[in-house]
Amino acid sequence: MGRFVARRLLLTIPVLIGATFLIFAMVYALPGDPIRALAGDRPLAPAVQAQLADEFNLNDPLWLQYVKYVGDLVQGDFGTDFSGRPVSDTIEQRLPVTAKLALAAVIFEAVIGLIAGILAGIRRGSWFDNLVLVSTTLIVSVPVFVLGFIAQYVLGLKFGWFPTSGIGDGWYSYVLPGLVLASLSLAYVARLTRTSLAENLRQDYVRTARAKGLKPSVVIGKHTLRNSLIPVVTFIGADIGALMGGAIVTESIFNIPGLGRAVYDAVLRQEGAVVVGIVTLFVFFYIFFNLVVDVLYALLDPRIRYD
Amino acid sequence: MKLTKRRGAFVATALSAALVLSACGGGDDEGGDGGSASGGGEFSIYIGDPENPLIPGNTTETEGGQVVDTLWTGLVTYDHETSEATFDGVAESIESDDQTTWTVTLKDGWTFHDGTPVNAESFVNAWNWNAYSPNAAGNSYFFANIEGYDELQAEEGGTPAADAMSGLTVVDDLTFEVKLSAPYAQWPTTVGYTAFFPLPEAFFDDPEAFGSQPIGNGPFQAEEPFIEGQGITLTKFEDYAGEDEAQADAVRYVVYTELNTAYTDLQGGTLDIVDTLPPDAIASAEGEFGDRYIETAQGDITSLGFPTYDERFADPNVRKAFSMAIDRQSISDAIFNGTRTPATSYVSPVVDGYRDDACEACELDVDEANRLLDEAGFDRTQPVDLWFNAGGGHEEWMQAVGNQIRTNLGVEYQLRGDLQFAEYLPLQDAQGMTGPFRSGWIMDYPVMENFLGPLYSTAALPPAGSNVTFYSNPEFDAALEAGNSAASIDEAITAYQEAEDILLEDFPAAPLFYRLNQGAHSERVSNVIINAFGRIDAAAVTVND
Repeated sequence: MGRFVARRLLLTIPVLIGATFLIFAMVYALPGDPIRALAGDRPLAPAVQAQLADEFNLNDPLWLQYVKYVGDLVQGDFGTDFSGRPVSDTIEQRLPVTAKLALAAVIFEAVIGLIAGILAGIRRGSWFDNLVLVSTTLIVSVPVFVLGFIAQYVLGLKFGWFPTSGIGDGWYSYVLPGLVLASLSLAYVARLTRTSLAENLRQDYVRTARAKGLKPSVVIGKHTLRNSLIPVVTFIGADIGALMGGAIVTESIFNIPGLGRAVYDAVLRQEGAVVVGIVTLFVFFYIFFNLVVDVLYALLDPRIRYD
Repeated sequence: MKLTKRRGAFVATALSAALVLSACGGGDDEGGDGGSASGGGEFSIYIGDPENPLIPGNTTETEGGQVVDTLWTGLVTYDHETSEATFDGVAESIESDDQTTWTVTLKDGWTFHDGTPVNAESFVNAWNWNAYSPNAAGNSYFFANIEGYDELQAEEGGTPAADAMSGLTVVDDLTFEVKLSAPYAQWPTTVGYTAFFPLPEAFFDDPEAFGSQPIGNGPFQAEEPFIEGQGITLTKFEDYAGEDEAQADAVRYVVYTELNTAYTDLQGGTLDIVDTLPPDAIASAEGEFGDRYIETAQGDITSLGFPTYDERFADPNVRKAFSMAIDRQSISDAIFNGTRTPATSYVSPVVDGYRDDACEACELDVDEANRLLDEAGFDRTQPVDLWFNAGGGHEEWMQAVGNQIRTNLGVEYQLRGDLQFAEYLPLQDAQGMTGPFRSGWIMDYPVMENFLGPLYSTAALPPAGSNVTFYSNPEFDAALEAGNSAASIDEAITAYQEAEDILLEDFPAAPLFYRLNQGAHSERVSNVIINAFGRIDAAAVTVND
């Protein structure tokens, strides 16, 4: 197991290099002059424009810009945005916020999704099963920003149960946005668990276990649930990466100052260093959580071995 | 991952309109009439995320500008009603015999929040820093008319020849002299703008730290740094030397990425003042907020610029014909909920010298428009391109303009609104507009000249300036010059109006709208004033409970 993890961690290095270059090249390929766009209708003084273009190496060819960027990066310098604010400050400021939001979402996704899926899977055809089917269909078909605005308006503004925006109320501020962010994945997890469990419950070994007279809780908990969870864990693991990077909409609606919105704004402004720095972080998380998932496989299904 | 990404992209377009709406501008204000004497309490104001550190010389947009204006008081302040400069700021007087060399005398007793005095050097050093091109200050161009500015601009890859403008001389502690490179009668009115604010010694030691926790001389001070994405709380500066001290104890600026969210918070009572409303809320806000709804005329103008370099639009009569074919009022009503005033001049009604009947070709006159077009031999079989930048919410009204041109002139149109600013602006500078284009302007300071010189003078041709119609007429330049060197403001305005008359004859652009700004506030606060720059006078706001 140790060697497997080490090998996978080593593999992240070329992936990260490739990812940074690709992202860098894509920002570079965006058309137009970002410095000219900085001040809008009123252009900056020509010498100031030249100074900024020079400062951000915008006159260099792509490969040289990239080499300079990586050169700074290996010395721990993430670069700055166009206003001179270090990217590392941005990350330091916003990563905890994004992480908390993602954590809240994953907790909702896993807890509610799993419970709903398990109960529905065990009692297929019951009213609860139908309720899960109908409600998840509804959630999947409604775009997340509609859901976000409705939740904010009804639960936040009308009933006043939750803060409508911001992160001023500590963890409590993350409950509603976390739920909204998790909604889609939550529906998937519920359905995935339900299907997977229902299918495994029809397997021969389950019938054997029941015939042996094992308690229903053991049959389900030990012999069915564990291996039914493999696709679910795969989904949740991959989803954590997505929840961290893809929370732009939720962050905007609930005014959560996280990384998603920062990277969105940076793309609009063509701030290469910011985009590359943050997205690389996302890539790293994505790889890391996938690794965690792979390790979890072995724990869930004894048939899977890595060494 | 894939699903999530698509959701993001989908909403991104919906968000971008609000984003751009809240992310441009320029202007300044301080002072106030003051409310009840006592006051106290804390209130909150919406802002978007400032793009730059909170340094006056580098604050080019409204978001940071609102905070910076609360932290500083400039040489002059602007009247809320008339937008005229008043000497309620740091300057005792600003005088000149020849409109070129100005003597600025400061009031005694002003201090920065750190206790150091505001003196002549605080201004001179700040202005030199702003103008010195390696500092890359966004507001550098405001000093371009001071003698010696050019020596502070680096050649490609080099360092500037000097680090102080020869036109600035400290006479004594409270007096300094400013020598302009050309006469400018309205110069004293310009120095209330953000770019001209003084800087304390502490700034030059560590500009970076200063940018997040600035030290100004205004009614409020920053006792904690600005937190990116979240905001800053400013507290009342007890030793404020100005007359209009802060009424409240503290003002909390809350950063929102979505205007809609701020509006929801205003409705829910967790936010006190929003200085701009989401477009879809404007229709209902007046009824909902009653006398807590504020509408203010803005010092700006939206025009339809013409590419005077394009053969099809080289004839002024063609340009006038297009202007006469546009029914401004109906576009304002149908598209903007009546929040635009049809333009009747090249300048905004908020500045002195505005004439409400200046522009005859701004009136809808379909017959005359067609007659002019026939006379000019305009080829109506070829469609015209209508240009605007993407993501700014311009598509709807530009389409309405196009429809009117089609209906009234029988000319087909094609919308060219795919380019973001980063591509659109360089294309404008490179004479790439193949038809009329959207052109927006927000005044830097409330003077008539600011609507003429920077947009239509020969000196303002790209890349240095914003004269994107590439209009150039020596007579117009001369009339502007006459206004700039006039002995009094009244004489200057007469000359500027002559310049505007020349512009109206040549018609490089069709003035379309002036914007009305909508804001609203909660029941917790009173005396909320939003001026023609779209800025809230934070010092004047009183908290009710």
